[in-house]
Amino acid sequence: MRSIVSIILIGIIALGITLALIVIPFGEPRTEVGKYYIDKGIEDTGATNIVTSVVVNYRGFDTLGEVTILFIAAIGLGAVLATQKKRKLEKKVTPASLILYTGCRFLFPLILLFGAYIFIHGHLSPGGGFQGGAIIASAFVLIYLSCRGRRLPVALTKAIESLGGLVFIIVGLVGLSLGGYFLLNFLPKGVPNTLFSAGIIPIIYIAIGLKVGLELTGIIDNLVEESK
Amino acid sequence: MNLLSNVVNFLNNYLYYIGAFGLVFIGLCIILIKRNLIKVIIGLSILDTGVNLFLISVGYISKGTAPIFSKPGLDSALMVDPVPQALVLTAIVIGVAVLALALSLAIRLYHHYGTLNLRKIKEQRW
Amino acid sequence: MMIFIVTILVILMLIAAISACIFRDLLSAVIAACVVSLIAAVLFYLLQAPDVAMAEAAIGAALVTAVFVIAIIRTKRHEE
Repeated sequence: MRSIVSIILIGIIALGITLALIVIPFGEPRTEVGKYYIDKGIEDTGATNIVTSVVVNYRGFDTLGEVTILFIAAIGLGAVLATQKKRKLEKKVTPASLILYTGCRFLFPLILLFGAYIFIHGHLSPGGGFQGGAIIASAFVLIYLSCRGRRLPVALTKAIESLGGLVFIIVGLVGLSLGGYFLLNFLPKGVPNTLFSAGIIPIIYIAIGLKVGLELTGIIDNLVEESK
Repeated sequence: MNLLSNVVNFLNNYLYYIGAFGLVFIGLCIILIKRNLIKVIIGLSILDTGVNLFLISVGYISKGTAPIFSKPGLDSALMVDPVPQALVLTAIVIGVAVLALALSLAIRLYHHYGTLNLRKIKEQRW
Repeated sequence: MMIFIVTILVILMLIAAISACIFRDLLSAVIAACVVSLIAAVLFYLLQAPDVAMAEAAIGAALVTAVFVIAIIRTKRHEE
């Protein structure tokens, strides 16, 4: 009975949403803000990836809010899953097979290098801090799969993660103090399409990449602890 | 032959909208009907993916290219809108943060009540 | 010609989403949600958005599935 009423209600809502949004034409150029960002993007920031210049330079404050939300979620997860009694878990851990063990240990530095490449070249090619951070976290998940019973050095990763967040805020405050607004692009723009260009954008993306990667690894580490 | 060109015209205009609305509809059905808590969280993830697909498909321009100047003199008249892509990038990361926190609460609920059935948890109360 | 391939991909995505609703084994439902995310990443690429496609493939299809599987290990596997 309850499911039939639910399906009818969802049907009415779906009909309403469809009738309201079906008049949006597909594939027509529409906004003026997008045109301004594409035309003036390279002069204002020096980054050739326009999506990166929108995320870090034109709408940089939204990125600061997003990093804060991820930080709060990671801390909340650690606080909810902390147990009162610290039982020393000396169960028998079955080791992984030889192919898994060797393959994951061989792939781990290569995947770390690939993730670092993606967030360093965020202003030149598709990529950026969040994508590179997710790839670094998946490299650490491979280590959890193959070398069982091995844990992350928690103090070191928390220190690097906090350092990444601090670098973001300090770069913004330096921009504020140099006469302007928060997150002003104060370094020289350089020649477009080279590595050392686009002002503060590579610095912010390196900080975000390290922070997000180690944060997602910390989330998986909190979930894996004391699992049967 | 007229029927085929009519179908192709309809698909060219509305295909991505049908996909996005279908995902939103199925995600809402899972959240309202299913009783297991982890099923409800899977429905939340599908709903999130549907809304992101809709946002990106609104910003598409016919025969456009990606907004990256890989060579110095590219034509900037036919590039796709970059603003919805920046917003969806933020939305994906926030989605994964919400999902991780929801799953940690589900694990805690299982340790406390011994079951994940929402009807039984409502009846037990303490 | 391309439009028919995209139609098949969208139909596969909707079938995977419906089967995530129907399966009773929670591990199979999570794998179906991973397939939805993966096909959505391909559709993002076909809509000329490579940054978003990379983010959805790395975060939505890999990390969310890993977090779900670890949560299922710590609770129950079968929906009752």
